[in-house]
Amino acid sequence: MRPFTYARPDAAADAVATLAADPDARFLAGGTNLLDHLKLGVVEPTQLVDVTGITSTEITELDDGGLRIGAGVPNSDLAADPRVRERYPAVAAAILAGASGQLRNMASTGGNLLQRTRCAYFADPTTPCTKRDLSQGCSARGGWARYHAILGASEHCIATHPSDLAVALVALDAQVQVLGADGARTIPIAAFHRLPGDDPTRDTVLAHGDLVTAVDLPAPTPAVANSTYRKVRDRASYAFALVSAAVALEVREGTVVDVRIALGGVAHKPWRATTAEAALRGRPATDDEFRAAIAAELEAAEPVESPLGGNAYKIPLVTGTVVSTLRGLAGGVA
Amino acid sequence: MTTTIPMSITVDGERHDLDVDPRTTLLDALRERLGITTTKKGCDHGQCGACTVLLDGRRVLSCLTLAVAKDGAHVVTADGLATDGELHPVTEAFLANDAYQCGYCTPGQICSAVGAIDEARRGMPSAVTADLAADVTLDRSEIAERMSGNLCRCAAYVNIVSAVEEAAHR
Repeated sequence: MRPFTYARPDAAADAVATLAADPDARFLAGGTNLLDHLKLGVVEPTQLVDVTGITSTEITELDDGGLRIGAGVPNSDLAADPRVRERYPAVAAAILAGASGQLRNMASTGGNLLQRTRCAYFADPTTPCTKRDLSQGCSARGGWARYHAILGASEHCIATHPSDLAVALVALDAQVQVLGADGARTIPIAAFHRLPGDDPTRDTVLAHGDLVTAVDLPAPTPAVANSTYRKVRDRASYAFALVSAAVALEVREGTVVDVRIALGGVAHKPWRATTAEAALRGRPATDDEFRAAIAAELEAAEPVESPLGGNAYKIPLVTGTVVSTLRGLAGGVA
Repeated sequence: MTTTIPMSITVDGERHDLDVDPRTTLLDALRERLGITTTKKGCDHGQCGACTVLLDGRRVLSCLTLAVAKDGAHVVTADGLATDGELHPVTEAFLANDAYQCGYCTPGQICSAVGAIDEARRGMPSAVTADLAADVTLDRSEIAERMSGNLCRCAAYVNIVSAVEEAAHR
């Protein structure tokens, strides 16, 4: 591990100013992803700025009926909060589907959104990776691509975003509160993570020094109160998603009134399935309609073929996951 | 040239003052600086759970924790769970249920089990909790899910679940 200095400022503005003045500095929050990357040599900062004492660890009620989650709230506390469990079940379920009890105790809300891809080549500095270094090539294309993207990828990067929480937040239209060198601003979660395009080194729209201070959940709608998160993985626990879906559904007299679908494990960012949602609104809540809607969404899918394991299997897997999750929320057998 | 930073940490009830390189993990501070080898290093990347300790009452991975960031914290290792020479109920249950083979993962398993039982008593749900809004009952499926962050390469899992089940219902 390269040497670094350690700073613990008293105020968020100081932390932001410190990073803004030092391109080689990084924020430290829960550290679960950063410590691993420091050991692997994936990142080599010269200064760590500890924000654990200055980001809020509170969950507070907003005037509009929503909830504000401090960026420092541990994942375990967020999932256990009675208001979150009751009003936003997809959020609690998504967190509980990820990592382990120890990691959820350590990891912060802000850090969860900012965790990096688990692409094996990204984590291995001895292999080329455009996400680590734009001048290099992508080792995953033609390599071990089983976990990789089927939607929205570019020639430079087929990595997927690993967060479960972010998928639920995208389905629920959460807002991310950010403090930057020029002051505070709000970013809709759907616009927070990026597709890789020409610059896969950037996972989000944040600039260096931007600090996530909170995540706001909007007032729950009937669909959000009837939401859940389904994750499919290689083993029953403590594994990243092959595919996942955060789904919210309101059905009245057999007709879909409101539906939100976000997919994990399929793209460089949590993928809001707007095509499928539009296809379902106003339609009967039946398996055939569910299947047709997700098929319309996946028309744009471009699975990766590889002698070491491709990812075409994700198309039927996403289809089955979304259809069964919708069926369960509509009152049928999930 | 790295500057060290002074800090203090209380481990199993005893306070220690030390100067640390900022890169030092809590795990390495315990083992290499303080000679407390109860806590084990397995993968050193947060994947195996062998390094689990209770940090200010919560189970965490000491290999992914920077010591310098935990100045003033209270750490309990599997050793520190005993009180007045009496083994902790979870440790007793591991013995009674033969919940280990080589024993390398055991200190982490025991700390994790203590944390998991406490989390369930505080009503924290897990991925297998059927009703997120209801109280939690620590059955075998709940225990397996809550202990999934602790690997045992000898695969003593069946007896580990039995030990945690016995301790949880004592």
